Amino acid sequence: MSKIIEGLKYSESHEWVKVEGDVAVIGVSDYAQAEMGDITYVDMPEVDDEVAAGEEFGALESVKASSELYSPVSGTVCAVNEELEDAPEKVNEDAYGSWIIKVKMSNPAELDALLDAAGYKAVIGE
Amino acid sequence: MSDVQIPLDQLQKTCLYDAHVALGAKMSPFAGFMMPIQYDGITVEHNAVRQKVGMFDVSHMGEIFVKGPEAEAFINHIFTNDIRGYEPGKVLYGMMCYPDGGTVDDLLVYREYLANHFLLVVNAANIDKDFAWIQEHAKGFDCKLDNASPRIGQIAVQGPEAEKTIIEVLGYKEAADLAFYTFCDVEYNGERLILSRTGYTGEDGFEIYTSNENIVEIWDKLLKAGVQPCGLGCRDTLRFEAGLPLYGDELSPEISPVMAGLGMFCKYEKDFIGKQALLDQKAGNLSRKLVGIEIEDKAIPRAGYPVETADEKEVGVVTTGYHSISLDKSICFALVDKEYAALDTPLSIRIRKKVFPGKVVKKRFYQTNYKK
Repeated sequence: MSKIIEGLKYSESHEWVKVEGDVAVIGVSDYAQAEMGDITYVDMPEVDDEVAAGEEFGALESVKASSELYSPVSGTVCAVNEELEDAPEKVNEDAYGSWIIKVKMSNPAELDALLDAAGYKAVIGE
Repeated sequence: MSDVQIPLDQLQKTCLYDAHVALGAKMSPFAGFMMPIQYDGITVEHNAVRQKVGMFDVSHMGEIFVKGPEAEAFINHIFTNDIRGYEPGKVLYGMMCYPDGGTVDDLLVYREYLANHFLLVVNAANIDKDFAWIQEHAKGFDCKLDNASPRIGQIAVQGPEAEKTIIEVLGYKEAADLAFYTFCDVEYNGERLILSRTGYTGEDGFEIYTSNENIVEIWDKLLKAGVQPCGLGCRDTLRFEAGLPLYGDELSPEISPVMAGLGMFCKYEKDFIGKQALLDQKAGNLSRKLVGIEIEDKAIPRAGYPVETADEKEVGVVTTGYHSISLDKSICFALVDKEYAALDTPLSIRIRKKVFPGKVVKKRFYQTNYKK
């Protein structure tokens, strides 16, 4: 049974969002990291890159597979978690403590389309 | 890997299916069988084989017996390698080719201790295709064919402690005397067991062939002795590091042994199906060649990703790629236009939106440890 945290927003593609003012902090859910297995690489965009809601912004790689990351919101990347470049396994160890990118949102209303904890729980069938 | 789309309820199970489920393996369809991909994680299983010993259920592989006065002549007619002069107890690797040089399958040929008896071990995904091909071309040769695949199970015991394991857990002292690519016949429960010093990992190891019932017992004994069960996930990372091809990725009806860099297993001083086409390719009449490429990043080149020159011209495609567990490098096999196949040629891999520079390197990424 994977961990889901109350108060975060979730996408159906297994990203979580923590809202800090007009910045969306984005990572992947515990369910997603468990499905991936040992994560060996996190492919991230660069600061100042534009991202759009529902569009790919990077990927997680395990030994066997790669899994694209989709941005839950539109905006401009204002930070990437450089710690994951050398320690991608932190996503496995603590999916909610290991944010991947921060996005300065251009349309915060997009948050309304995301799931809450209960809605996400239903998506993963737990 | 070659993914044949087969409805779930039509997938076959090996004799060890229940054992895998009991161990909590992650199961997935492969080559028409429901197979274990991993038990404890690909990295743990991979390292067990490199450092100690691991075991694989490879009961899905196909076993075809060929016997008769003209068995040797027949096999040499369909096999790229030359079995003439090979003594009983020897194993030989090679391919079967189509007349145009494309690959039907890669396989092992065992020359048995009984005169005029041979065993062919073929890929699971190709058993039906191979057996049909073999039957068709055996017409006119005095030999008998027996596709024994459903009744024979197989376990591969691989790693530096494989010999010790075979001797101590299964009691076969004969293991110590076998050189790589030789085999002997022993007994288990009064039935025949083929103990073969072969494998697909780049390490020393053994492949055991016997009845399905025996295989279930042997798996259990090895498990109780602490041998790490290993899934197809690490089987692929291990064989890849050792520079070994996988049919469907590095060999196919479109990829000949010469294109795949396996010309050393084709012997032209005899006739075989596809010989002329392979000779033409060897003389330079081929479009692409299989190479190794190493990139300067941790990003992972996966099968299907494009290979490009510095000016972004697409000149090839990745066939298998990983961030190598044993070497901590991002490496791949790729089929590239032959002009770009020389060692050290700069080539890049396009991974999603980014381009990662790299160069052509030797395909045997990992120094293999076979018993001479």
